[in-house]
Amino acid sequence: MTNGLLGKKLGMTQVYDDGGRLTTVTVVQAGPCHISAIKTKERHGYEAVQLAFGEVPARKLTKPELGHLKKANLPPTRRLKEFKKTGDVELGQVLKADLFQKGDWVDVEGISKGKGFQGVMKRHNYRGGPETHGSMFHRAPGSIGASSHPSRVWKNKALPGHMGSERITVQRLKVVEARPDENLLFISGAVPGATGGFVTVRKSKKS
Amino acid sequence: MNQLERIQRSLTKKTMPVFEIGDTVRVHVKVVEGEKERIQVYEGLVIARKGARNSETFNVRKVSYGVGVERIFPVHSPTIARIDVVRQGKVRRAKLYYLRTKKGKGAKVSEREYSPDAKGAAGRKRAKPAETVAVEPVPAAT
Repeated sequence: MTNGLLGKKLGMTQVYDDGGRLTTVTVVQAGPCHISAIKTKERHGYEAVQLAFGEVPARKLTKPELGHLKKANLPPTRRLKEFKKTGDVELGQVLKADLFQKGDWVDVEGISKGKGFQGVMKRHNYRGGPETHGSMFHRAPGSIGASSHPSRVWKNKALPGHMGSERITVQRLKVVEARPDENLLFISGAVPGATGGFVTVRKSKKS
Repeated sequence: MNQLERIQRSLTKKTMPVFEIGDTVRVHVKVVEGEKERIQVYEGLVIARKGARNSETFNVRKVSYGVGVERIFPVHSPTIARIDVVRQGKVRRAKLYYLRTKKGKGAKVSEREYSPDAKGAAGRKRAKPAETVAVEPVPAAT
């Protein structure tokens, strides 16, 4: 077994918890994942399990990718990712969403929605200037540092640029409901990424 | 999206309560007081229905001691035990927000004759009970 699964974000909805209160949830289809490779201490220097998720037509993959999956007798799959190894595993084994039960805490990783080139107000929460009253300073970043000393801009200075489309992990989300037979997890709150995006669901680091 | 819609349908009540905009309904709400649970009845006029599938809600308006009260209930909430239709109203709008500014006779909704074959809510047959109620199309006046 592993400490996590690959999945697909199906979208958001709401469910009633045990107290009859509405909870916002994200529906994630976690699995079925196939074990495509097993990394061992002797051969690779570390222990891990590689999971494959998301079937695609064979023409979408390269020959080396197909060859790698063929070793485990797996169909063409889009996503491969390594997870921690726990317990006994064998090549080609199928992992389902029953890894997680209702009430479990999980960390969910995904690629956030791309926002394009954004200014400092949206990207770094700068306050900007007044909109009116003769102000000629609206959304600009303002001063980006001192003058002759240091005569340069400090590294990591928050400036406009590309925002989103990055790997984001949200820690400690609750599994409000689980449907193992349909491989569905109802995870409390929002999960990074667009509907249909790939996500990684792991057992929470902080639980 | 279809997959999500299917999941949302699976989260709806098995038997969809049948009522329409303009109906006077009695909503039986489960209230938990300490240890005990009892049923509280809230009666009023349905002035709006919003949302679809498992997140559908309806707005019930009544005038209590001269003060207008509106409560929004989720249709599929487990705290709603039952919804009884007391009286079917004849209305031409999907949202009866105009009633908020009316008083007395103007705030009345005339009754619709009950008949099981009528186009109304009580007579409407649904293929799937979880299907959402489509607002009746207004005949195009030319």
